[in-house]
Amino acid sequence: MNEPGFLDIISFGPTGWGQALLAGALMTLAVAVTGFAVGGVIGVFVAWAKISGGRVLRVLADGYTTILRGIPELLVIYLFYFGGSALVTAIGKYFGAEGFIGLPGFLAGSLAVGVTSGAFHTEVFRGAFRAVSKGELEAAVACGMSPWLRFRRIIAPLTLRHALPGLGNVWQVVLKESALVSVTGVVELLRQAQIGSGSTGLPFDFFLIAGALYLAISTFSGFVLRIGERRLSRGVRRG
Amino acid sequence: MDWNFLSETFLKLIGAIPLTLELGALAMVLGTMLATCLALMRLSGIRPLDGLARLYIFVFRGTPLLVQIFLIYYGLGQFPAIRHSFLWSFLREPYWCAILALTLNTGAYVAEIIRGGLMAVPNGQIEAARACGMSPLLMFRRIVMPLAIRQALPAYGNEVIAIVKATSLASIITLMEVTGVAATVIAETYRTVEVFVVAGAIYLAINFLLTRLIMLAEYWLTPYLRQPPAPLLVSAKGEA
Repeated sequence: MNEPGFLDIISFGPTGWGQALLAGALMTLAVAVTGFAVGGVIGVFVAWAKISGGRVLRVLADGYTTILRGIPELLVIYLFYFGGSALVTAIGKYFGAEGFIGLPGFLAGSLAVGVTSGAFHTEVFRGAFRAVSKGELEAAVACGMSPWLRFRRIIAPLTLRHALPGLGNVWQVVLKESALVSVTGVVELLRQAQIGSGSTGLPFDFFLIAGALYLAISTFSGFVLRIGERRLSRGVRRG
Repeated sequence: MDWNFLSETFLKLIGAIPLTLELGALAMVLGTMLATCLALMRLSGIRPLDGLARLYIFVFRGTPLLVQIFLIYYGLGQFPAIRHSFLWSFLREPYWCAILALTLNTGAYVAEIIRGGLMAVPNGQIEAARACGMSPLLMFRRIVMPLAIRQALPAYGNEVIAIVKATSLASIITLMEVTGVAATVIAETYRTVEVFVVAGAIYLAINFLLTRLIMLAEYWLTPYLRQPPAPLLVSAKGEA
């Protein structure tokens, strides 16, 4: 058998896997970004429930963050993938569809990633909100801002400034977690590497390349985050 | 709620708890040893050692654990040199591959925790120890290590939880720990939600116990931070 060399694998020609792996990396990014965005929205609402919700809301929010931070992400992905498919099948049956309908892996996977990262988002936002000085909020009230205007002009920008380093950590976790979505059959980076290693018999090369691409993505996003931090902290004096 | 099915699943999953705990505990112990070496390399001030540890930590914290597991479990078998060496009797077993991957992974995270703890030891304490004429070893044993452990314990506790959660990935390379058994039951019965509830409860219980243990250790290690006991009402009355 004519085994391809390392360079053949990463080349972009008709026999190379470069294009497929790059497409996989883009899919990884898509899953991670969607999951991160879903988690961000959940995080804002749950943090709000924790900060200024009533008793019931607070207990629910605490339950959510405790549970989701205490169980493995893989279980949550299984829940959304298999559970979601069962739900969709049941709904399909109700409308007269036949047989099993699968929930798309991308949807189930990024929702699962979002729901787990939402718990981490919550804690980041909550901590960041506590770092906003009370004087700023009082000044906003004194200026007669409505709650929504206050949120948009004062709370959101200031919270975001304090939250950004924490959000960066959450993003790195989400990026790595997105590799688990490969169990649902979504052809993201890791799944593509599995396919490649299966058809060439070179698992080491493929997983090494996949690892290197993950490393490149996380390094690059760390770089972008540092720029963002600098932008959002304009006007802050540092000792 | 089908209590029969729940209890049946619970009994099945309970049998898998020892493997989950075993994977977690072994990875934690071995990983902490590795991490201590890495942290000392980083703090040694010797350029090549520091750079090597830095690179290791960068690579293992920057890539998904699942990639590391696959690289070890599927990847290493690609080389005939490894397949024909004595190592192969370990590396062909998913059990040892999972432990190796978890150890290498957690080692990178714990190394930074240990380094942070060691760096947080106030300089004045070290100077005082030197001024007392302590040898470096004695100083490490009596001053640096106790202070660093107190500093690092909360972060270490988080890492312990992370490792317990990470053991679930071993199910992907066929190990039948809690998640592995849960996935099998789901595949057999299609009753995802019930199985998820039972498996989730087991993980939550394990992690709850572990956080309590860590909190206990923290309490036990910081007697100087505790509130002084409130004076008894009876004696207060008696004195008045």
